[in-house]
Formats: sequence, C-alpha cells, structure tokens
Amino acid sequence: MVPDAEFTSYYGRPVIKEPVWRTPDVPGYLFLGGLAGASSVLGAGAQLSGYRELAKVAKVGALGAISLSAVALVHDLGRPGRFVNMLRVFKPSSPMSVGSWLLAAYGPVAGAAAVSEVTGLLPKAGLAATLGAGLLGPGIATYTAALICDTAVPGWHEGYREMPYVFAGSAASAAGGLGLLAVRPRDAHPARDLAVLGASVELIAKRQLIKRLAGANGQSIAVPYEAGTTGAILRLAEFLTAGALAGAVLGGRSRVVSAVSGASLLAASAMTRFGIFEAGMASARDPKYTIVPQRRRRGQ
Amino acid sequence: MSTDPAARAGHLDHPPRMGFFTDTSICIGCKACEVACKEWNAVPEDGISLSGMSYDNTVGLGASTWRHVAFIEQPAPPAASPGGVAGGGADGPVSGRPDAMRWLMSSDVCKHCTEAACLDVCPTGALFRTEFGTVVVQDDVCNGCGYCVPACPFGVIARREEDGQAHKCTLCYDRLGEGMEPACAKACPTDSIQFGPLDELRERARLRVEDLREAGQDKAQLYLNDPADGIGGGGAFFLLLDEPEVYGLPPDPVVTTRDLAGMWRHVGIAAAGLAVTAVALGLGRRR
Repeated sequence: MVPDAEFTSYYGRPVIKEPVWRTPDVPGYLFLGGLAGASSVLGAGAQLSGYRELAKVAKVGALGAISLSAVALVHDLGRPGRFVNMLRVFKPSSPMSVGSWLLAAYGPVAGAAAVSEVTGLLPKAGLAATLGAGLLGPGIATYTAALICDTAVPGWHEGYREMPYVFAGSAASAAGGLGLLAVRPRDAHPARDLAVLGASVELIAKRQLIKRLAGANGQSIAVPYEAGTTGAILRLAEFLTAGALAGAVLGGRSRVVSAVSGASLLAASAMTRFGIFEAGMASARDPKYTIVPQRRRRGQ
Repeated sequence: MSTDPAARAGHLDHPPRMGFFTDTSICIGCKACEVACKEWNAVPEDGISLSGMSYDNTVGLGASTWRHVAFIEQPAPPAASPGGVAGGGADGPVSGRPDAMRWLMSSDVCKHCTEAACLDVCPTGALFRTEFGTVVVQDDVCNGCGYCVPACPFGVIARREEDGQAHKCTLCYDRLGEGMEPACAKACPTDSIQFGPLDELRERARLRVEDLREAGQDKAQLYLNDPADGIGGGGAFFLLLDEPEVYGLPPDPVVTTRDLAGMWRHVGIAAAGLAVTAVALGLGRRR
C-alpha cells in the first residue's frame, strides 16, 4: 500500500496566487472565443460547399461572439483604458500576447465577412474575408488552452497536453450547435458534421485530461474537476454533450431534435469552460495540489 | 540556457547580477524589513487585522506586501536537533520535553528568478529584466491583465485593488542605480538579509550551511541557490532550517514556460485539425 503523502503547509495558506481573472468574463471568453473561431471554420466550409444560409448564421455568430469576447477581455483588465498596450510588443513566450495579435487580425476579418454576407456588398472581398477568418479561427479557438495552461495553476498546467484538444472539440461542438439551432436540418449538414466531430473529440479529450490529472505525482489534481458544484457542472456538460451527439446522429432529420441538440451543445460547451476555469481556481486555492506533487518529484 | 539573465535580455556590458541571500537561521522576526520596504517604496497599507497565525499578521506577499516575515510556531518535531546554534532561529525551548515548541522565522521576498514566468507571460512588456538581472514592473505600462499573477510559482506578484495593476519587489531598483543596498537589507539588524553580487552570496551561503549542518542543524538547506533548479536559480535565495513547504514555499518549483513549446505544439495540432475540418466541410457537396 502506498502511504499517505506527507503534506505540510504554512497555516494551510495557498502557495500560488489564485488568478485574478473574474467570472463570467474569462470563462465566458473561453467559450465565446471558441464559438467564434469554430464558427468561422464552419462559415468558410459552408460557403464553399453551397450552404448559404448556414454560412450566414455562422459568420454573424462569429462576429457576435468575438465582439462579446472583446468586451469581456477589456472589462477584465485592471486598467481597461490601457488595453492597447497589448499590442506594444509581440512575445511568443506569452500566449496572451500571441492571442492579442491573433484577435487584432481575426476581429476585423470576421467582421468584414459578416458585414459583406448580411449586406451583400463587395462579395469578392467578403469571400476573401470568410476564408481569412476560417484560417485564423482555429487559432482563436485553441490558443486559449495555452493561455490557461501556461501558469503555475496545477489543475491547468498539468493538463497542457490534452487541454488544446478539449478546447478545439468544445469550440467545434458549440459552433456546430449554433448551426443546428438556427438552421433547418436539410440546410445544416456541415453544422451537424462539425458538431458530431467536435462533441466526440471533446468527450474523449476531456476523459484523457481527467486521467492525466488523476495520475499526477502522489496527489490527484483531478479532484477539483470531480468534486462539488464544479464536478456536477462538468458531469452535466458531459451528459448533455453525449445526449446531443446521439440526437444529432439519430434524430438529425427532425427540426425539433436538431434544434434541441444544438442548444444542448452550446450550453455544454459553455459549462465545460466554466467548469475547467473553476476547477483550476480551486486547484490554486488548496496548497496540497501544488506541494504534494512537487514534494514527490523532489524526493525522487 | 544562459545563467546571465541580464545579457540574455540584451544588456551589454552590464554590472554583476545582484541579489539577496536571506539566512533565516539568524532572522529574529523583527519585521524591520517589512517596514523599511513599505517606507522606501511608498507601498500602501495592506490590511490591519489579526490572522491567528502566531506573530504573522502580514500573512503573505502581495501587491502591497513586498517583504513578508513568516512565523512558524509549532511543536518541535521529535527528530528535531537540539538547539545550540548561536542565535539560531530554531533553537527555542530545548527539545526533548513533550511540550517543546519551535519557532522558525523567515523573511520572504520576490525570487527574481533566472527564468521568470511573470516576465515571460507579460503581454505588454511591463515586466522587464534590469541590468542587475532583477525583474521589475513598469507602472506606466502595466494594464492589469493579471497574467503574471498565476504564472508565478511562488505567489509573489499580485494585482492591487486600488490601481488595478500588478506590483512586487523591485529589489529597490532606484537604490541599486545609486550604488545603495535595498531598504530591507539596510534595515535588517542581524544581517539575515544580505545583499550583494549573486556569485559572492552563493559562496557565502555554501559555507554557512556547512557550518549549520556541522552544528547539528541537519535539515538546514539552501533553497533556490542552484542554477540547475526549475527556475534557473533565484536572484534571491534562502537558507532554511526545514523543508521549503514549512515556510509556505513550493518544494520544487518549475517555471511554467519550460513546457510552453509543448503547449504550442499541441495547440498547433488541435488548430490544424480544425483547419482541416474547414477544408473537408468546404469540399463536401451540397446534399
């Protein structure tokens, strides 16, 4: 039997500082950025394969989501008036710097794609913008995984190998969900394909993430993902995703089943991001998640 | 990786790397360092309340607390070595008695890491490496994004409510420029906080820990003195009389950015997967 890990701390105080990022700003941004980026992927794909109505929904959805995210991000700054300082330097060592530049490029392109789509103006430029947003969208949807994992927060950092796939899957699932919710099934085939693929990837990657965290050195860091309200939210998200996946595959011809599946995927994606955010916060607050694995590593 | 952070940051012909050696075995817990730091740097009040943590009502480092004296007051471990080190921080009442207690005191500070996560992740360049190899926040640049806060493996840097910006120890950058030692080291009455060129401090610390071990302090250890550790060694390092976590310090901190290449690789693969999906959707025929 493995003896209980010896654990000492300074009056139970956390070793690292809990992130100052606020809810709903930052988990909301993780969700909306994913929704926007993957919607641009869907918008480009749908336009090229002739699903015009779906392309319109995806492009408008991408613009709406990225606009809201920008507001959330600026709102979360301690000095919102200085948000332009994000573009003062370019630092690959800072995922937030990389993300700021990505956003600065993606935002206007996604905006142009949506405006051209809605107004019908400059269709060629609109197509170029749609393709550009489709190219940058995957970066927007996934860089946030590096953003949270590049910290000393044990519940995020130790999952850096799996987090990008969870985020990509969750983003695709949300964007597909939006398409299923807003467009009739026979006009939404690409959305269904994206939703099914995204939901499957998300379900598998999330399981892998939990497995990785549970196997940490001497102290499962998966506990914050499984315990309490956060655990319940993540389990509900998994249940909704699995249900919506079945609905999209089996009941894809029904307008109602399709729409309910789409709404469930959107909700599940948001809940997944909030759950991951809160689990990381909890892992930062409790010193054992920082100390025990390090103590074991040092002892080896 | 170069062990000369100032050169790596582009400072040519820079002065020697300066740092702190905090010898906790001679800390008397007077908190002169905390006061001197606040006075010199005009750091605002950080809460006046009783914590219940022995004589530590400062509780921890933060945006408005750049030096923090930890007080450990607890039953002496059974295996604790007897006292007897002159002025030793762990030599309280003689151990061996069932009610034997011990006091450990340690003045904590920013470690000015050789590989500093706060500096790596700062998106604005507000955090920078000085010519002395220290890490400093530029108040007129920081936009309060808060990324440095969870990046620090020691929980040093934090965002101040009042101004929304990140703050931490500057190793008295203004004083260093004038050839003066930092305020905390100047005020320390026992020289528990020693300031100087890092090379000299490391050598002095090595001799001191040997002395303490010979005197029976078998848990005496240097912390963050090794350039081969997970942060490339600290510009501020410590001599501790027990394990780091007893003092609230992480036992084996590794800078998060050591794994950043792996993070970007996985992000790249995931993003490429999404891009391929876009192409696949685009190539599909209207059904």
